[in-house]
Amino acid sequence: MNRQSNTYTIIYSIILVAVVGVVLSIVYQALRPKQLENIADDTKRQILAAALITPASGESVSEVYASHITDSFIVNSAGERTDASADPFDVNVALEVKKPADERQLPVFVCNTDNGVKYIVPVYGAGLWGPIWGYVAMDNNGDTIYGAYFAHQGETPGLGAEIEKPAFSSQFEGKNLFSPDGQFQSVKVVKNGQEPAEGAYVHAISGGTITSQGVQKMLQNSLKPYEAFFDFLRAKH
Amino acid sequence: MNFKKTFLPLFNPLSKDNPVIVQVLGICSALAVTAKMEPALVMTISVTAVLALANVIISLMRNTIPSSIRIIVQLVVVAALVVVVDQVLKAWNYEISKALSVFIGLIITNCIIMGRLEAFALNNRPWPAFLDGIGNGIGYGIILVIVSFFRELFGSGTLFGCQVFPQWWYDAGYQNNGMMILPPMALIVTACIIWAHRSFNKDLQE
Repeated sequence: MNRQSNTYTIIYSIILVAVVGVVLSIVYQALRPKQLENIADDTKRQILAAALITPASGESVSEVYASHITDSFIVNSAGERTDASADPFDVNVALEVKKPADERQLPVFVCNTDNGVKYIVPVYGAGLWGPIWGYVAMDNNGDTIYGAYFAHQGETPGLGAEIEKPAFSSQFEGKNLFSPDGQFQSVKVVKNGQEPAEGAYVHAISGGTITSQGVQKMLQNSLKPYEAFFDFLRAKH
Repeated sequence: MNFKKTFLPLFNPLSKDNPVIVQVLGICSALAVTAKMEPALVMTISVTAVLALANVIISLMRNTIPSSIRIIVQLVVVAALVVVVDQVLKAWNYEISKALSVFIGLIITNCIIMGRLEAFALNNRPWPAFLDGIGNGIGYGIILVIVSFFRELFGSGTLFGCQVFPQWWYDAGYQNNGMMILPPMALIVTACIIWAHRSFNKDLQE
């Protein structure tokens, strides 16, 4: 057959693409379970990072997670535990934060640390170039932040991307979400040298203004629905 | 003599015909992944695997490929191999795959790969093509490893993540050079390697 003819070319490309397609789908199917496991491990690592726990290299993340996270459940915006059978670990926070507060499913992870019981909640928002997310660990008084972890998809290295560094996230430790008279205030992210009128604040990243504002909005939007749950913790305390 | 001729495609790209410092191909990824040694090494292995396999596959297909779509055929083969490498990394080395992020996908656009397929695999038997792929992959990797060695050592004071400079050094006032972490220094280190290489190989000087 003439190798330069159109028929040959078309048949050749169809066969090539079909073969490549089959090979790729086999590879994808074969490796998928292992990949999902890695993604779950990565999420567990992030949850633990909020409670200031870092699994040592060589340690299984799943085991460390299982030994610290004693309980996890989903609450609604009234602070009541829902009896949904869904695993809090599988809740898609990216979708939840877009819903009105009273329709959201709010995952809570109970973490046993050397410094007592902490409640870890996920946060999700938008930075400059893409999504930013993280986890915030609350003391069992429902008011003080014990630790925070932030991550991003594609913020500018050296500027917005600094939110994932401990230098930024450790600022949140010890900040109070509520004013002394019990008003929810979240934590503000303000320029170095400025101070908000009220409430706790941390310093923004120079040159990463939009990302820093994104963190502030993310905390406000993601933590506000937990207000009733935190109130419940504060009352119990 | 015969041995030398057979393995010419393997050894030539290591120095005299190095893809990065002589042909000046693949510079983009050489700059992007050399801030630390571990990603540089994984990138080297990935590129070498893709290049060797693509060379063999294209070489096997060379007598059937219609010349009007040969670039597309090469791209499809390379893209498929890159996706496989990406999936394997995601499954077996998730941390590194996060660190390398888009650069694994961008192996497709690495000029070295298309260059070798066009220049070598289309005209040679599979075995020499395989050696050529391995040779060029390693030639690319040598430069990546040398550049990342200097960048990680002086930029972070570590090698493969292990602390090299002792703490008292820092106490005495030594500081890591933050400039080494930034892309421009990769260019400067690469240029220094080219300088040294050319002064040893006078026949390469123009």
